[in-house]
Amino acid sequence: MRYLPHTQADIAEMLAAVGAESLDALFEQIPENSRRTRAFDLPEAMSEWELAEHLQALANAGGGDWQVFVHAGSQPHHIPVLVPYLASRSEFLTSYTPYQPEISQGTLQAIFEFQTLISRLVGMDITNASMYDGSTAMAEAALMAMRITKRRVVAVSGLVHPHWREVLATYLAPLADVELVTLPAGPDGRTDLSGLDGEPAVLIMQSPNFLGVIEDLRAAGVAVKALGGLLAAGFSEPFALGLIKSPGEQGADIVFGDAQSLGLAQEFGGPSLGLLSCKTEYVRQIPGRLVGRAKDIDGKEGFVLTLATREQHIRRSRAVSNICSNAGHCALTCAMFMAAIGGSGFRQTAQVNLDLAAYLRSGLEKLGFRPFSAAPVFNEFVMYAPDNYGAVYERLKSLKILAGLPLKLWAEALPGISLERAWLFGVTETSSKTQIDALLHEIGKGA
Amino acid sequence: MTRKFTPAGTGGLVLEEKLLWEKGRKGRSAMSLVKSEVPVTALPEEICGNGPDWPDLSEQEVARHYTRLSTWNFGVDTGMYPLGSCTMKYNPKINEAMAALPGFAKAHPLLPAEACQGSMRLIYELERFLAEIVGLKAASLQPAAGAHGELCGMLMIAAWHRNNEKSGAPRKTKVLIPDTAHGTNPATATMSGFTEVKVPLGPKGYIELAQIERLMQDDVAGLMVTNPNTLGLFEQELADIIAMVHERGGLVYADGANLNAVMGYVDLGRMGVDVVHYNLHKTMSTPHGGGGPGAGPVAVSATLEPFLPGPRVIKNGDRYEWQTDLPLSIGRLHSFHGQFGVAVKAYSYILSMGQDLKKASALAVLNANYIKEKLKGAFDLPFDQPCMHECVFTDAKQRANKVSTLDIAKRLIDLGYHPPTVYFPLVVNSAIMVEPTETESKEDLDAFIAAMLEVAREAEETPETLHAAPTLTKVRRMDETTAARKPVLTGDMKVEGKQ
Repeated sequence: MRYLPHTQADIAEMLAAVGAESLDALFEQIPENSRRTRAFDLPEAMSEWELAEHLQALANAGGGDWQVFVHAGSQPHHIPVLVPYLASRSEFLTSYTPYQPEISQGTLQAIFEFQTLISRLVGMDITNASMYDGSTAMAEAALMAMRITKRRVVAVSGLVHPHWREVLATYLAPLADVELVTLPAGPDGRTDLSGLDGEPAVLIMQSPNFLGVIEDLRAAGVAVKALGGLLAAGFSEPFALGLIKSPGEQGADIVFGDAQSLGLAQEFGGPSLGLLSCKTEYVRQIPGRLVGRAKDIDGKEGFVLTLATREQHIRRSRAVSNICSNAGHCALTCAMFMAAIGGSGFRQTAQVNLDLAAYLRSGLEKLGFRPFSAAPVFNEFVMYAPDNYGAVYERLKSLKILAGLPLKLWAEALPGISLERAWLFGVTETSSKTQIDALLHEIGKGA
Repeated sequence: MTRKFTPAGTGGLVLEEKLLWEKGRKGRSAMSLVKSEVPVTALPEEICGNGPDWPDLSEQEVARHYTRLSTWNFGVDTGMYPLGSCTMKYNPKINEAMAALPGFAKAHPLLPAEACQGSMRLIYELERFLAEIVGLKAASLQPAAGAHGELCGMLMIAAWHRNNEKSGAPRKTKVLIPDTAHGTNPATATMSGFTEVKVPLGPKGYIELAQIERLMQDDVAGLMVTNPNTLGLFEQELADIIAMVHERGGLVYADGANLNAVMGYVDLGRMGVDVVHYNLHKTMSTPHGGGGPGAGPVAVSATLEPFLPGPRVIKNGDRYEWQTDLPLSIGRLHSFHGQFGVAVKAYSYILSMGQDLKKASALAVLNANYIKEKLKGAFDLPFDQPCMHECVFTDAKQRANKVSTLDIAKRLIDLGYHPPTVYFPLVVNSAIMVEPTETESKEDLDAFIAAMLEVAREAEETPETLHAAPTLTKVRRMDETTAARKPVLTGDMKVEGKQ
């Protein structure tokens, strides 16, 4: 086995050095009642070539060859070869968490730059070194807000991604006296804030929301702050922030998000990259790693992991979270992507997304689709489909095209909205006008 | 004895590199940008912003920036990384290529099942492999990292108790955690709504039945235990302890951080463990990435299977389907299906190893014992007995010369090694925890041993060398106190930026 370097002679020599008769003898300390008595029921070991063939066969049926006009938290965007190429440098990839700053300055500076660029994107003072994904970042934002306000009511918009709300509910379930309140959708596809009352620790909003609609975060902030709570605002499509005001500009206290769009492959949903940012005053309550500037004993500038007294390895049961390994390499990759696309390129690409979505929307309207609402959207939107669309949709699937997400399957998670004929569409700069025209042509052919 | 020591590295050229925003010029780009072919539209003015003021760089500027940064890092591919509890084994390159196959990489997580049978099959099979390797019933790939797997396990235990309370079982509010545990264990207990009851380390280096029996009261939900424990010792009485915990209505969570020691040798199902988490980024060879992404799947007994997070992949004939009707499930823990890309790498590793997984554990234990034997003369070994995959020394023999564990660690850097884990486990004063892993060859171990002996010699003869270390790195010892007192966590692009 090529990963195991020991020759028989090595093993014999080393066993002699430790005074054991055999490899199995090294395990004599394991009591009989704890031992495994049978071999693994696993496939026979494969050579590199057999493995590649087997995995290629699985990948051929993996789903990556479908044309998907759906986002719902996972977006296709162009990733320049430069980014995975640089990210695969094993000095980055095969290192541990940078606890030894003297030999980790590469990771540390890159994460400091990541924290800075994301803070500029979302309009917050500080950003941590990453969370697992958008859903867990949001759950931690709720826990953080409860610690800050010392309150136990979490209000969440019913237009936050249903999966993210499920994760939030999973995180809150074991905690005593915590109440989770879900605000319904209004008729325009924005959150109906009128029911917000009592003493919420936090109001959690997503913009653009699950229906693609850009929320009025300023109004949400005013509403929750009047009740003494915080606004936690998030997103699953960071490209929207190339064109719209950042959550920070609109009054958010905590920002969470998922940055898969920024340089990460969709990879069947993971690993992704959770973002968590906040105002400076809440820094002692933010979970996860933080990289800060520092000087060495000669006065030379560098970086270290800092404020570790919040964390589990120091504070143990009183830590702000148990998070340890996060999505460090995804954050590094994201930083590389942000460096590659640049501020100008990001804004230009965001505009292309907006334009292509408008183009697809108007094309669908010509085929008898009706917009769900007139509220502004970015690159994702809901349309009411003509009667026969279900059959058309199935026919397109046979061509490996996923032309929208049928929201009637999500009705339970999105109460109060008529979803029977509603479909969620998404499009990015990875689709050309020609491809959108071809999609519209196929839809126009009918079932 | 005369010994000539040759360090693994020499002082080399260390290049400086600016911050990103100190480079570039507005209007550059390192990426082909898509031009609009359709009519330009606009959002309502009141919601429009300016976009982020990120710097604009050329492709070469970006390439050089990150290449220079990478040279300041140390990875497993750079040199030996004997970081205890972290299992920094070799990360096979074929696994990276498999995860990057477009069939996986471009797959949308909400594809209909008929579109992604290959991806679903991989999840299904890897869950079965993981359960089989530890001898448990079922597994879930949803947890995103080790601590997330712990959370998953403890949420399941909490949910199981809540379910039992419906039929009159007493309310469980506490959980037993040995002092040797990683900090994640008590932090996880808190997040799961439990209070920690500390189990002090016994004189033998492992927890004892009588001790747990005393603590296992009516309000205790169960035990969180790392086995082998963080001293590198196998928990001798654990099977009996588990039986007793079960008898008293509790469940046992096993922290899988140290599974690399015992694959093929231990049967967690036979021992009665209810849930264990894997660190795929330790045991199953996926790269740590400088802080993730990891993956923390859990494997469970039949007792906890109904409580696994959902949805789950099931096999119906030769079709893979999503099972969503899971009334006892703790619910969802991840936006989609877990760290799929990491799972592809772990699946590739398991298929490459097969029965050799057992040999991997055997060689990991051999390597640790070999280091322990060779270094126990020069360094204090608080528990002198056969170890599992890691061994714990202290600086007790060096303290007389005012040389500390930290000095030893920092000097190893100059000699070309990543330091071992230091000052953990907390129960050992000034611990130095060495985990070589099975992928280090005998020559590499001998070279590391020689480096450690050299450090021990220097501690006696030239302790100032250790106090000053490291000296060959990009930066020397950092002032972490000031960094924490006056934290600067964000660059001031306005002041430093050149654009």
